[in-house]
Amino acid sequence: MARVPVTNPLARLHAAPPVTLRVIILVIASIFLMLVDNRTQQLEKLRATLHTFVYPVIFLSTIPGDVFDTINRSLLKRNNLSEENERLKQENLYYKSRFEKLYALEADNERLKRLLGQSDDIAEQVLLAELVEVSLEPFTQQIVLNKGTADNVYVGQPVINGEGVIGQVVHASYIQCIVTLLTDPDSAIPVMVMRNGLRGIMQGTGVRDRLNLPYLTPDADIVVGDLLISSGMGGRFPPGYPVATITSIDRNPSQEFLKIGATPVARLDHGREVLLIWPGEDELSSPPAATDGPSEDVLAAPEAAGER
Amino acid sequence: MLSVLGSFPLFMTVLIALFLTGVTLPEPFIPFWPDWIVLVLIYWGMARPGRVSVLFGWLLGLLVDVMHGSLLGQNALALTIIGYIVNMLHLRMRMFPLLQQSFFIVFLVAIHLGISAWVRGITGDFPITLMYWMPALVSGIIWPVLFVMLRDVRRSGLKH
Repeated sequence: MARVPVTNPLARLHAAPPVTLRVIILVIASIFLMLVDNRTQQLEKLRATLHTFVYPVIFLSTIPGDVFDTINRSLLKRNNLSEENERLKQENLYYKSRFEKLYALEADNERLKRLLGQSDDIAEQVLLAELVEVSLEPFTQQIVLNKGTADNVYVGQPVINGEGVIGQVVHASYIQCIVTLLTDPDSAIPVMVMRNGLRGIMQGTGVRDRLNLPYLTPDADIVVGDLLISSGMGGRFPPGYPVATITSIDRNPSQEFLKIGATPVARLDHGREVLLIWPGEDELSSPPAATDGPSEDVLAAPEAAGER
Repeated sequence: MLSVLGSFPLFMTVLIALFLTGVTLPEPFIPFWPDWIVLVLIYWGMARPGRVSVLFGWLLGLLVDVMHGSLLGQNALALTIIGYIVNMLHLRMRMFPLLQQSFFIVFLVAIHLGISAWVRGITGDFPITLMYWMPALVSGIIWPVLFVMLRDVRRSGLKH
């Protein structure tokens, strides 16, 4: 009868396949981590710590890309350095003249706002950051920058380049941060049509250079070619930065909402330098009133605005 | 002392795999980059099942998650499961001819990609294209070469 040798319970515990037990524990741990990481910011610290731990490897990984880039650029330099110089000079002159005008306008604007009793501090701090040549998960629209919490970079911080909004910081470690581009499917940014102040939310699609503007009803006053700027709603992106231009509007009468496609103003895959912005305090606390042009009553009569 | 020396090839190859994962490629080549991490994990899971199995996979996965900026636990989950499968089947896998191993590697890398896609699909919007599965195929193709290389590396480590 007693074919099974009698052992003490501890020994029997050892006899159970330890790998199976461990795999169950670790799978549960992984799922728990994912849940917490998805819902909260609690794990940013752990992530930053581990990042410092793997940083040497990441640093080594950047070398081939950097070398490739340097060779590429030095070849380019030899060819059209003078040409580029000429172009930059012209651009500089152009922007300087624009800036002079802007300076006067800003002073004007400030004065008018003071008359209205609004204090609006547009002073934003910016910091130049450079792209780090490290590959991330394939098929994500993210980039790595060489600035981290050491430079006061924070999660949710807006990132722009010379042309317009690029995206926002999603993870920040001590020395680097990861930025989600506008085109990432998880990315959304509150925007408004510059022409008339019509507001919406711009979403990424995961496809390069392709954005969606959902939830606009068929009577919305919007046309192909409209420039969308950040509206400042939601308190993350400061208002007024160019985001995208409308490329297609699908007015299907059987659909409740318009199907609107857009492309980002900033070329997301060009250039190595971007700017991190620290929006001014006031700007985020009182966003819509400051930049909203015409309000609801204009939007209610789109025909009138369109025919003009 | 012997175990430390014996582990040197293991940790070196894992570091190299992490390095290769981080290297940026020109856009069109990205789908054709093998899944180095999974390949190395499978090899060592077969060669030293006592040392490299689920916990090793989990920790490695966490590091990959941090490097990739993906959801913490996403790669950890996938690599734990792959580590488990390899640990269960390592005796059989050693008997496989290289070609058959390659097919099995395609399957294991597809598990990695599948779990990642699944997690990303749950937490956000993730369109899967045919190209997404390419690394599995490439990993299978490169496996025989990698297997021979890693075996040589391991043996050279054992001599010391």
